[in-house]
Amino acid sequence: MTALVAKDIVAGYVPDLPILKSVSLTAETARVTVIIGPNGAGKSTLIKAIAGLVPVSSGTVSLHGQKITNPRPDRMGALGVAYVPQSDNIFRSLTIRQNLDLVLRNAGKEAAARRDALFAQFPALADKQAEKAGALSGGQRQFLAVAMALAINPSVILMDEPSAGLSPKAAQEVLEYTRALTENGVTILLVEQNVKQALRLADQCYILADGRNQVDGAAQDLLNDPVVGQIYLGGKRVAPA
Amino acid sequence: MIGVISYLVFFATVASILSIAVLGLNLQWGNTGLFNGGVVAFFGAGAYGTLILGGTPQAGQMGGFELPYLIALLGGMVISGIVAWVVGLLTLRLRHDYLAIATFGVAVAFETVMRNSDWLGGAQGIRGFERPLRDALGNGFSYNLAFLAFVLVVLIGIYLFLERLIASPFGRLLRAIREDETAARSLGKSPSRIRLTAFVAGSVIMGLAGGLYATFYAFISPQDVLPILTFQIWAMLIVGGAGNNKGAVMGTFLIWAAWTASGWALSRFAPMDVQLYTGSIQFVLIGLVIVGMLMWRPQGLFPEKLVVSQSAKDK
Amino acid sequence: MIQNLVDGVLVGSILSLGAIGLTMAMHMLRFANFSHAELLSIGAYAALVFDGLFGAIHPALAEAIPPLSLTWSLSIAILISMALTGVSAVLIDRLVFKRVRAKGGELSMVFASFGVAMIIRNILGLIFGLSPKLYSQDIVFAIVVSRDPFLLIKPDQVFTLVAALLIMVILHVILSRTTFGYALRAVAENPSLAQVSGINLSRMIVLIWLIGGGLAAAAGVFYGLTNQINPVLGRDLVLPIFAATIVGGIGSIYGAVLGGFIVGLASNLALVILPSGYSPAVPFLIILAVLIVRPHGLFGEERT
Repeated sequence: MTALVAKDIVAGYVPDLPILKSVSLTAETARVTVIIGPNGAGKSTLIKAIAGLVPVSSGTVSLHGQKITNPRPDRMGALGVAYVPQSDNIFRSLTIRQNLDLVLRNAGKEAAARRDALFAQFPALADKQAEKAGALSGGQRQFLAVAMALAINPSVILMDEPSAGLSPKAAQEVLEYTRALTENGVTILLVEQNVKQALRLADQCYILADGRNQVDGAAQDLLNDPVVGQIYLGGKRVAPA
Repeated sequence: MIGVISYLVFFATVASILSIAVLGLNLQWGNTGLFNGGVVAFFGAGAYGTLILGGTPQAGQMGGFELPYLIALLGGMVISGIVAWVVGLLTLRLRHDYLAIATFGVAVAFETVMRNSDWLGGAQGIRGFERPLRDALGNGFSYNLAFLAFVLVVLIGIYLFLERLIASPFGRLLRAIREDETAARSLGKSPSRIRLTAFVAGSVIMGLAGGLYATFYAFISPQDVLPILTFQIWAMLIVGGAGNNKGAVMGTFLIWAAWTASGWALSRFAPMDVQLYTGSIQFVLIGLVIVGMLMWRPQGLFPEKLVVSQSAKDK
Repeated sequence: MIQNLVDGVLVGSILSLGAIGLTMAMHMLRFANFSHAELLSIGAYAALVFDGLFGAIHPALAEAIPPLSLTWSLSIAILISMALTGVSAVLIDRLVFKRVRAKGGELSMVFASFGVAMIIRNILGLIFGLSPKLYSQDIVFAIVVSRDPFLLIKPDQVFTLVAALLIMVILHVILSRTTFGYALRAVAENPSLAQVSGINLSRMIVLIWLIGGGLAAAAGVFYGLTNQINPVLGRDLVLPIFAATIVGGIGSIYGAVLGGFIVGLASNLALVILPSGYSPAVPFLIILAVLIVRPHGLFGEERT
């Protein structure tokens, strides 16, 4: 089953200068789909375009078969899509508890119970709930960001380089946790720099370069593909597959 | 008939002086994107500087150095430049709001100090200035005509200077900074230093306008450096079209004509009890001109010809 | 000296109220709003109108609440004025700033705000006249609190200070205890993350104008109550309020509160050494001092 489909997306901040020239992608339900590619390929832009933060000038995005192209970013949560930005993904001046209460503020009576459930899931955060989120370590921040994403009971989570700036151990923890989320039926669309690690945990992989699709396929196959190795080791562009 | 001509000479002189100030603002705002909320402070510094350096001694006042006129005028410009340099140094690295607020503050502080310091003329202002070459030209119409010619020469000189400056690599750099600061920085230039240069240069030009203004009236007082002058000068630039020197001059003559005409019409035709509010009505009008232009024609009546971005990117 | 301190705290509380709204709008919409202080004038005059109206409807309302000169009708008028001024702020944004925002850059907004300030200020002058007005013609004598050092306080000043502090405490409770408050702080810290966290930014902008306008109205009335109301009230207060936001750091609500008190105290203490004519220049000196020592203010963050 497909959860999220992006078709022939053209998008960018300035109308005449698209960063994404034509990108298509399908994320299967309860699977991890990873987007990789060299710097400037448009990976983050793609995720932001899906989240409604970068205007899509042509192409469509659909969620469970329904068109949601250019959504209002604040309505994505209601559609069941959570977005975890790469950096600055928590409110540093609010406490951990306030961060969660903020995303739960439309949950009404359920809010307290859902917050407690999240604290049960992330005991390390529960211990520090009255502290300013800005005081957390990098790994803990990432977990808080994930907890904030989970607060809305999403069916799809978009994540922009969750392992960026983390120690290898913390990065591993975050990525493994992300993988585990699919067991509850959550669809994950992930941008990663950490290619090997990403391919190991992902099901499906898309490689972008210069705003276009280059290669895609099962993550396992790409992991053993010499061409993929060449892109990342040699940094050369490959002809479209 | 001679009355009309003599009024036209008077009008053209003031409008030309203001045009010089508007050109200075255009260098800052139009070409570099720097917001100057206190044009009067720099205009006033030039005016006060010129009269203090070039005037005759007055009891209880600083100055009266009786320097030769051109040196006094230059001195006024230098004083404007120093004020601009200090303000610019403190604010140009920060968010643009800070420059707007700080320059607005300079103008308030300048007026306050001038009004309260008797050694700087106080509320009465500074008199005792001998207009240059008065002996040769007399005090009447012929003097005014000669002074207009002098002002026009200065205006044309500043205009040509700015046109050449804008066409120069430095001018391209200014516009590059205005349009995309990060790109400009990536060219290896220090945007804050270049902005400071442009800010000081623009303020010096305003100081020159102030010096000429004070020369023309042989008198300056805090009443001449009220905030409204800043708004008028802006309105002239916005109406003319920021970035375009020709537009700036045309905007100046247009707005100054509209201002004096509306003042005259209000004082002539408005009932007596409304007379007191003439100023308020004119201020509302100039506010509407500024807001209206920004809403409906932000590029001004005579917009800048856009050849800019490409050359900035090629560099 | 002690008199200057007390007066400084009073003026400071008024500046704080004005600066809170300014710092929020400045941070979110990223422009220095030179028309914010005119909201104080709108608030002061709106309260004057409704005060007169209620007094005319029911004479008992026009009676002062002893020992203040504040009447019952003015107390109600303050609340109505806060609401009306908040709505005016939203309308000004709709009519002018929103359109300029759509057309041009942040600096065009600064220009526009100067134009708006000039229009509001002079229209108020045309409607209400250029001469100062008072809420009450009754003379309320100041109470001599102490003869050595000499200290005079008017009951209205005590009321103003208490009311201003109360408003700030209410605001603090909202910011630190309610999810609406978290949302306000979230928007101030990171608008784009706030948006993906489900916060509707354009609704938030409306709310910020409402709150900012309401607080400004209260500040305007308090200023009128302890001084006098005149059309140039906004012109006289715009620089001190800006100074307060810069001292506190643009975007910091708590910084704006502290900044207001600092500017109020400094301006009044400056009178000890400076002739009073120079006091309009004091906020500028404070701004310069902050820019030299700590350019991003007490609680501000570095952002360009």
